[in-house]
Amino acid sequence: MDRSAEVQALSHTPESLEERVQMVLDHARSCGASAVQAVVSHSVGLGVTVRKGEVETLEYERDQHLALVAYFGQSRGSASTTDFSPTALRQTAEAACRIARHTEPDPHSGLPDPEEQARDWPDLALDHPWDCPSEQAIELAKRIEAAGFAVDPRVDNSEGATVSTRRAMSFLGDTQGFMGGYLSTRHSLSCALLARDAGGMQRDYDYSTARDPLGLAEPETVGREAARRALQRLGGRKLGTRQCPVLFAPEMARSLMGSLTRAVNGGAQYRRSSFLLDAAGEQLFPTWMRVEETPLLPGALGSAPFDSEGVRTRDRALIDGGVLQGYVLDSYAARRLGLRTTGNAGGTHNLTVHASPGDRDFRALLAEMGTGLLVTELIGQGVNLVTGDYSRGAAGFWVEQGEIAHAVEEITIAGNLRDIYRNIAAVGNDIDLRGNLRTGSILVEAMTVAGD
Amino acid sequence: MTDRSVRETLLDPAGVTEDQLATVLGAAFGPGTDGGDCYFQLICQEGWSLEDGLVKSASFNIERGVGIRVIAGEQTGFAYSDEITLPAMLEAGRTARSIARTGQSGSVAVRPGSSRDVPLYLPEDPLGSLDEGRKIELLKHVDQVARDADPRVTQVMCSLAGVREMILVLNAEGELVTDVRPLVRLNVQVLVEQGGRRESGSAGGGGRSGYLYFTEDDRAGAYAREAVRQALVNLEAVDAPAGTMKVVLGPGWPGVLLHEAIGHGLEGDFNRKGTSAFAGRIGERVAAPGITIVDDGTLPGRRGSLNVDDEGTVTQQTVLIEDGMLRGYMQDRLNGRLSGARSTGNGRRESYAHLPMPRMTNTYMLPGSHDPGEILASVDHGLYAVNFGGGQVDITSGKFVFSASEAYLIENGRITHPVKGATLIGNGPDVLTRVAMIGNDLELDTGVGTCGKEGQGVPVGVGQPTLRIDAMTVGGTRAA
Repeated sequence: MDRSAEVQALSHTPESLEERVQMVLDHARSCGASAVQAVVSHSVGLGVTVRKGEVETLEYERDQHLALVAYFGQSRGSASTTDFSPTALRQTAEAACRIARHTEPDPHSGLPDPEEQARDWPDLALDHPWDCPSEQAIELAKRIEAAGFAVDPRVDNSEGATVSTRRAMSFLGDTQGFMGGYLSTRHSLSCALLARDAGGMQRDYDYSTARDPLGLAEPETVGREAARRALQRLGGRKLGTRQCPVLFAPEMARSLMGSLTRAVNGGAQYRRSSFLLDAAGEQLFPTWMRVEETPLLPGALGSAPFDSEGVRTRDRALIDGGVLQGYVLDSYAARRLGLRTTGNAGGTHNLTVHASPGDRDFRALLAEMGTGLLVTELIGQGVNLVTGDYSRGAAGFWVEQGEIAHAVEEITIAGNLRDIYRNIAAVGNDIDLRGNLRTGSILVEAMTVAGD
Repeated sequence: MTDRSVRETLLDPAGVTEDQLATVLGAAFGPGTDGGDCYFQLICQEGWSLEDGLVKSASFNIERGVGIRVIAGEQTGFAYSDEITLPAMLEAGRTARSIARTGQSGSVAVRPGSSRDVPLYLPEDPLGSLDEGRKIELLKHVDQVARDADPRVTQVMCSLAGVREMILVLNAEGELVTDVRPLVRLNVQVLVEQGGRRESGSAGGGGRSGYLYFTEDDRAGAYAREAVRQALVNLEAVDAPAGTMKVVLGPGWPGVLLHEAIGHGLEGDFNRKGTSAFAGRIGERVAAPGITIVDDGTLPGRRGSLNVDDEGTVTQQTVLIEDGMLRGYMQDRLNGRLSGARSTGNGRRESYAHLPMPRMTNTYMLPGSHDPGEILASVDHGLYAVNFGGGQVDITSGKFVFSASEAYLIENGRITHPVKGATLIGNGPDVLTRVAMIGNDLELDTGVGTCGKEGQGVPVGVGQPTLRIDAMTVGGTRAA
């Protein structure tokens, strides 16, 4: 059952994807569209899950997708399809045109300013195919899970260990001459394990993800970390309701800072639906904090040479000296706000949170907190971006004198994001590189913890 | 007739014949395998959206493909293709088959599977149920009603979405089942401003029908007024309390409590694997006497309903908790077989590109005897929560949350003032043992729920009567 050749092979060449983009652009133009943008993507992948030492699922993915936006003057329509036959592509172009004849004109709509679009771009080293046949993926998954089970007999159940690999190619083109595309890969190892004691069961997980398989953690490390995390949660109990300092572990700090990018997004700004409305120039964070965007970082998970409108991406500081420097804009939102696009159509690229000086590690942050709550899991959606009100379910550890005292569960943490951001006391150098938003642990001076 | 029209749409354009289906079955299944299926699907969907009073963007999407799943023991091999052609299906079938240890081909004849006598919804095409001009008029009507409702409304965002989904399931035994599933949804969100303070409110609904659902009794206008009402309530809201207190939940959508606290934990896969806090507890008390909770995929026209599930099993009403005792789990075919049980018609998948698993349909609690006013009057100090955003659960520890978006303080048996949204947290296996009063006012939600599990979203429904829970933790900011 060695199917590695098929796993690695894309069904389309870059040239054939580019041809399809061109065909859709041409057909929409011939239907009367004044401007058109189209994107074609294609990916192949393999995912293997092993549970309790046996293969549970073996999944082969193979996807293709075409989407276009057609403009008739300042009216727009969009359409997409997974069917790449010439007939389906023509019908999809026609569907976008038909819709654009019904929608109402919007003076701000249209393709981006061609001056803002990328003309050439560096190779960002995003494509690292992994020659990993299913047998090898199965073996790796078995190693991950076995290492986790070996940690402690209390680790007695599993949701499985997964190895996945995916390679994608996409091309973007428009009728003002932009055409560009690139290949990228993403590979992951993950494991979720359960630990049990007299008090009950706890589950936790760990994962490693990278564009280059050489950047993945050792399988055993992932399994052992999943086991360690599940074990550590045993014996969790509630806390009494109180105010106390809260230390967000890096994965949780990522979600805390993710609310910033949503609040300064152009859509939230022009709709006036943000608690950070018109906040550019305001001191939102302590003076020693800086948030940088570095879209051209070779091999990083959030890197992209141009955004989803073909606008060139560039390095910038979103937060400098704790002050908000600008917004996260595509060209539509930029026009509505009377600003220039920031190359963020489709999102941000490698936002990284820095502290100055940046020399404090996780242990130092625990010591600085002294007595308080370390949060390692957040559940639910309780963030209101219009008001900044924040209230989420949490689990983690009670810390006394810089040392973990016991696991904590079934509590909430609450506050207002403006206060939380202003009251950040420290950011650790334990930066988690496994995502598009990269940060170390974040210590917040005080939040309300609700429990018994 | 549905059957034939689905075949004509999904198979005929690609020239796929019944003989060819038998060939694919033979290649994918047969000796060494324990079942599986070919799942053909066509999804046509559109979305129209309004903001600034203008309908300025809309989209149309079409997805078509086939997913082939081969099961051997507890193992599943899966592959899918965007092309419904014989070579693509054979390739996907052989790839999925690689999970099994033997490679012999078998022979399987195609025959009709079971179907529902009286369908729960008509096989209509929502996208064609109104012409483009009237879709735009409908959105503009919502905008107008919201803006007329109060001068403090500063922005109205409204979206209208319709889906026409056609499925054909051909299982390893050769049984062929089809379904045509319409689904519509209308959502409205408003922003209000007063003295520099901004708040939002949202409402919506839908079901398995065409867009005329929204014009009947002016449901669309009612959503607009409801969104404005909520936003204005929030303009007056003070900080929510923090701590453990009595909580009264309103009827309808607050049933998301049941979905998170109980529902996920009773899905067959988690229980077969022993990863749920409810595993091995059939027959035990997990809720107060008087509490009966069902999952019911057979409610006509509802968002979570299905004539047949995504494995071709006719849906049913499954009793999960009866008079406080745990009675049963929700099963798909694989987990049912491995647990010595039958599928309960809960095998669902997001699309042909995803594997099915046990999922909820419409999950709700049957009514009790108390008048809602009597329930509120019985609380000295507590929280009355009537609207919620989403929720989430850790099925292993049993801890779950759901976030209130409209709530009030109860003082001396009376609702006093609105409080800001707050997350409520509890423990699934014991939260329902603390239910002290059950209202006589069962309501189902308006048709807005989407459930996420392992990255797959499916439409669901929830419902409940007014409930008094005597101890829940409320995640506000103010000392209670």
